[in-house]
Amino acid sequence: MIGATVTLTVNGRDRIIAVPVDETLLVTLRERLGLTGAKLGCNQGVCGACTVLVDGRPVRGCLALSINCEGAAITTIEGLGEGRSLSLLQQAFVAAGAVQCGFCTSGMLLAATALLAEKPAASVEEIRAGLAGNICRCTGYRKIIDAVLAVATGRGP
Amino acid sequence: MSEPAIAVGRSAPRLEAVEKVTGRAEYIADLARPGMLYGAILQSPYAHARILRYHTSAARALPGVHAVLTGADFDDHRMGAFVKDETAIAIGKVRYVGEPVAAVAAMDEATARQACRLIEIDYEELPAVLTIEEALAPDAPLIHERLADYFKVFPAISKGNSLSYTEIVEGDIAQGWRACDVIIEGEFETPAQAHIAIEPCGALAEVDAQGRITLWSANQSVFRVQANVCESLGLSMARLRCLTPRIGGGFGNKMEAHVQPIVVQLALTTGRPVKLILTREEDFQIVRVRHPAKLRVRTGAKRDGTLIARECELYLDGGAYGDDSPGVLGYALLMSRGPYRIPHTRSHGQVVYTNKLRSGAFRGFGNPQVAFAGETQLDEIAEQLALDPIELRLKNILRPGEQWFGGQPVESNGLAECVSAVRKASGWDARKTLPAAPDGKQRGFGIALAAHISGLLGTGAIVRLLEDGSVVLNTGAVDIGQGSDTVLTQICAEALRIPIDRVSLASPDTDGSPYNWGTTASRVTYTTGRSVLGAAREVERQIKEHAAEIFECSPVDLELRAGGRVGIIGVPDKELPFLAVSARAHWRKGGPIVGANSFVYDTPTLDPKRATALGLPFQQIGVYSFCALIVEVEVDEATGQTLLRRAWSAVDVGKAINPQLVEGQIEGGLVQGLGYALVEEVVWDGARLANPSLMDYKAPGIMDVPYELQSIIVEHPQPDGPFGAKGVGEIGLVPVAPAIANAIHEAAGVRLRRLPMTAEGVLRARLAEETSNAD
Repeated sequence: MIGATVTLTVNGRDRIIAVPVDETLLVTLRERLGLTGAKLGCNQGVCGACTVLVDGRPVRGCLALSINCEGAAITTIEGLGEGRSLSLLQQAFVAAGAVQCGFCTSGMLLAATALLAEKPAASVEEIRAGLAGNICRCTGYRKIIDAVLAVATGRGP
Repeated sequence: MSEPAIAVGRSAPRLEAVEKVTGRAEYIADLARPGMLYGAILQSPYAHARILRYHTSAARALPGVHAVLTGADFDDHRMGAFVKDETAIAIGKVRYVGEPVAAVAAMDEATARQACRLIEIDYEELPAVLTIEEALAPDAPLIHERLADYFKVFPAISKGNSLSYTEIVEGDIAQGWRACDVIIEGEFETPAQAHIAIEPCGALAEVDAQGRITLWSANQSVFRVQANVCESLGLSMARLRCLTPRIGGGFGNKMEAHVQPIVVQLALTTGRPVKLILTREEDFQIVRVRHPAKLRVRTGAKRDGTLIARECELYLDGGAYGDDSPGVLGYALLMSRGPYRIPHTRSHGQVVYTNKLRSGAFRGFGNPQVAFAGETQLDEIAEQLALDPIELRLKNILRPGEQWFGGQPVESNGLAECVSAVRKASGWDARKTLPAAPDGKQRGFGIALAAHISGLLGTGAIVRLLEDGSVVLNTGAVDIGQGSDTVLTQICAEALRIPIDRVSLASPDTDGSPYNWGTTASRVTYTTGRSVLGAAREVERQIKEHAAEIFECSPVDLELRAGGRVGIIGVPDKELPFLAVSARAHWRKGGPIVGANSFVYDTPTLDPKRATALGLPFQQIGVYSFCALIVEVEVDEATGQTLLRRAWSAVDVGKAINPQLVEGQIEGGLVQGLGYALVEEVVWDGARLANPSLMDYKAPGIMDVPYELQSIIVEHPQPDGPFGAKGVGEIGLVPVAPAIANAIHEAAGVRLRRLPMTAEGVLRARLAEETSNAD
């Protein structure tokens, strides 16, 4: 496969990577950069487990091609914390019991991060709409909404 | 104990929560070993065919390919939880579309997949059996010609394509019907449901220089993985060590084998580590589903609503291999009377082979199918007798101390309290006074009750006191995301009166952990919790023995004090930290303190004085948890679409060791049940799966689930449960479909007896109703 060189800013760090032109961002992150927090759940863009932020917007890692991300700032779950401490949303997910098996959690957290960046005081309905692209098979969603709501209402985790 | 709780009853965050919100949790797909190869499988295009010849030279010649395996490379060893009917890979014949027929190990995944496409196989197609009716036809082609010769772990009644027949009888059914004033009869049908753990199945195996194998895989029991791999490959169990990474959800699909035997054989053949992760499509096609079921159920009652008789005839489509099917059948029949007193009950059924993907364990294990029928008929009886559905149920529910179907006494039973909790929280009695639904919508409430066991088979625990007085707990129980690591740690910490962070938990390892049958049957809190408590009590005994020698007193005069100290009762300043005791044990006297406990659930399910049974797959199932669920739905008059508006689920869990985790199980089960009730169905187009993708198979998303979803914990202690606890893993799913069906009836006046209750189903039922009213 023909290769190309792309420059990505991944979690604040510039990375210059040679990738095949048909390689997805998810494969690049997981296999070339060792960032395995984004998960492969369906490889079809439905489940949302591979969600990462590209220039702040939630993107399906399994559908995005790495070569199309030239120059983009990528945020993965590994870059979500603030230094060594957890982001407010991460803390809220822990406190609310929004995590069960954890396989959807990275994608869910990144989708929720993007949602709150756009709507810092998101309502229950806005949270539901914002997370509609991420499937969780364990929690029944209620505690995920609670976690996001805790941050959105400033109640804190 | 009147002392304040240290760990039990607290919603401690799950131990691995931080690991999971930072992306550091490692699942099977995240693991790698030096020199690792990648595996891929080739799947059968036929539902039923004889394998004549393999052509593998092109695949073998592809650069980067290290091994190509077909059925010719495997000896005819068979695995199966109840009937040993399944080989690691198809040998001689294929029995469903998608069945693995060949496997490749190569330098990377793309090469392995490309090599699979280069394999050619000559088949002789055989007539396929795709439905229960076809399987039971007198001249049906046989799916397993050697069924009679297969090893069976219980006296299975098998014949033709019928894998097993089970029957349970209490009372005298003929006499029962004669005593009834009203009898309801109906046929019900439920679909195959896919588990859709968001993590697809996979495995990684490595062989060391001595030929010993280490296997990591997506699993619900390292011990079942070990047993299945060794049975299907003819290996000594001592040669295989099974470990577990974090598990991305398991709802029964990861309990028995998937690709582990094939991956081990690839590693043995190549001498290199091999990893194989299924695609979502393959995971749909080759793992397992919830049993499609057909039921014929009759329920009869007196005019005053007293239930008198029930007959349940159940047919389960088991697919091509036995897997857990006989167990699901037997358990479903044991649950078919529901949590009620019905003096005359006869339940019988069979599970049949078809040329489709195997059916197996799935949260509920046969209970959701029979609950759908049974709870629907209770509402029909209530309607005929003009009784409130709750009053009818309350009149008939098992009371504390009464026996389950089959005769087992039920020791802890908080069902009545569950019913009153949801009745009150939902405003059931005032529901008719709610504001009218918007134009074009119809709203209604529905109720269903359920019971489910926690228990089954063997389990163990080892608690070790380290030199500094901290503790390592080792149980072999795999946390599949439900939170058992946290719960077991809480139980251990409470028993030894130390903070949770003084206990660390060993990861399950068939070399180092005591046996644990698995994370299934809602059993870990109850069974493994009992073992943890037993092992911790043994550690306590040894600590007290040391302290008694030091203080020159009797062990009965000693107590454990919060924070890891042992002291003389009534003498506050006479105490020692665990460190002092453990150091003495390690270096001077007695030896390191280790507490071990193992047990097997052994209370008989059947009381021969009360009931008779044929072909029962297990004799000792477990203790009972109870659930009451009320839902409110909204049905769109034009489209027939049903929306869940609100739900209230109360579960008697004995004691919530960790209330937040208990709620997580109730809510998660409810939503999986919502999918089962309204949208989820694995569809076959002929012999082939029509919807093996998340694009085409609909699982509930956040928009399908109301925020008003209330879980209520009821605690009626189980006398022998750890701190009174019993299971909660499955029960929340069981009553969902019938509660929604009953709510749809109240909203739209139609009675649906087939799942999923789609918009089309509602419209068709309404049409049928209108037609019959017109007649």
